[in-house]
Amino acid sequence: MKPIPAANADTQAYWEAAAKERLLYQVCGGCSHTLSYPRGVCPRCHSGDLAWRESSGRGRIVTFSIVHRAPTPAFKADVPYVLALVDFDEGFRLMMNVLGDDALDTKIGDPVEVIFEARGEAQDKLPQARRTK
Amino acid sequence: MPARAAITGVAETDIGRVEGSTVMSLHSQAARDAIADAGLEPEDIDGVLCGYSTVEPHMMLSSVFCEYFGLKPTFTTAISAGGATACIMLATAAALVEANKCRHVLMVMGDNRLTGLSRSGTVAALAGVGHPQFEQPYGMTIPAAYALVAQAYLHEYGIGRDELSALAVTGRKHAGLHPKAQMREPITLEDVADSRVIASPLNLLDCCLISDGGAAVVVSSSAAARDLPNVQVEVLGTGQGHTHEHIFGAPSLTSFGCADSSRIAFGEAGVKPADIDVTEIYDSFTITLLVELESIGFFEKGEAGQAALGGALEIGGRVPCNTHGGLLSFGHAGAAGGAFHIIEAVRQLRGQADARQVANAELAFVHGDGGILSAHCSTVLGRV
Ligand SMILES: [Zn+2]
Repeated sequence: MKPIPAANADTQAYWEAAAKERLLYQVCGGCSHTLSYPRGVCPRCHSGDLAWRESSGRGRIVTFSIVHRAPTPAFKADVPYVLALVDFDEGFRLMMNVLGDDALDTKIGDPVEVIFEARGEAQDKLPQARRTK
Repeated sequence: MPARAAITGVAETDIGRVEGSTVMSLHSQAARDAIADAGLEPEDIDGVLCGYSTVEPHMMLSSVFCEYFGLKPTFTTAISAGGATACIMLATAAALVEANKCRHVLMVMGDNRLTGLSRSGTVAALAGVGHPQFEQPYGMTIPAAYALVAQAYLHEYGIGRDELSALAVTGRKHAGLHPKAQMREPITLEDVADSRVIASPLNLLDCCLISDGGAAVVVSSSAAARDLPNVQVEVLGTGQGHTHEHIFGAPSLTSFGCADSSRIAFGEAGVKPADIDVTEIYDSFTITLLVELESIGFFEKGEAGQAALGGALEIGGRVPCNTHGGLLSFGHAGAAGGAFHIIEAVRQLRGQADARQVANAELAFVHGDGGILSAHCSTVLGRV
């Protein structure tokens, strides 16, 4: 079975929002730094004053790879699949798969938007990317 | 005068498929041989540094080893920093003898990933370094994470397939000169290009091997080393650089902590890249070696591949590199993989590298990187 993210206290708000198909990120109240993934402290100024914001869901492909060798049997049926780093317009970066019929045409710089993939029996939602024209 | 650190003993086990091996038997064989190589007895060892095992993980690996092998050190701990482990152990061992906390530190590591785990078991275990919430759910493998770097790096500097392949071809050529290397059949640029895609742009022959093997190194205070039989090899400088763990948290995809770690190590040693006679640099993938050769300053950005195509990394070239064949062709057995680079550097400096000998090698540079170009440790070694 593909891994289903297990939220902890740092990430609970992120995954609860994802379940409602909303993509959240954190901004530091101490230094205005945009965090790359949710945590309990700002890695720049070490403040714990972090606020949740909602992303537009639009971003660009920073880099990608077409994966032919799956990490576990659960991903075998998906190969070849696209693994990418996406920089969202608000300035945070996430790892995602690029989904959609044209995913294998992915190039660096391509604009993408967030979509949500249902995973597992509980249909948890995983933020993913889709190329936009 | 402060004590200095010397590498007095080195040994590796057989590499590749070592039938009947266990994690601890590989540790023990390497330890016994390295202690003997140093001209010491096990009772002389007062410090022990271990690494980690993916086949038989344990939270107290150094205690497990000391019990199994029969040592009662006055200092021991385990270090777990992926591919940087061996170089960080060397830096730690050097600091211990320089501070007069120990006279003879044994650093020992080994894993039987080939016979102890299935290939898929190894791939799955290693993928566990990915972030459990933000990377693993996306099917990230270690090769795929390095492929993300490769794609960005090739794009930024306009590097082509053959320039990556040249690093694998050179490593294999060197491995052919080492009787213990796991893969010794020569390969061509076409072989690398035609090998199956693992995670684009990385093909099978861009990726390191999976091996059984063990390695051990004895680090002694230079005062204690004077009475020992081998040509003295001193640790002249060490440095580390750490920027991230997870690749999606890396501050840059083209510039990494090896720039800092090497600058510190060269500074401590009072030398510059051009002074180095032989380099042994972590090559978990061709892209790893390419990035490191350029960031460390042996080549300008975007130029290492072309130089490799022209033979610059060969024995007799401008920057002889991975003269044992590296992780790509000699072997890769977990933490021991990075130790093979140290052992080869020592043999080069002692003049014991046989057909692989770089003429008059007096200064060596050894580098390890763990994670996804995350944790870097550089060392400069010299014959005295
Ligand atoms: Zn801050």
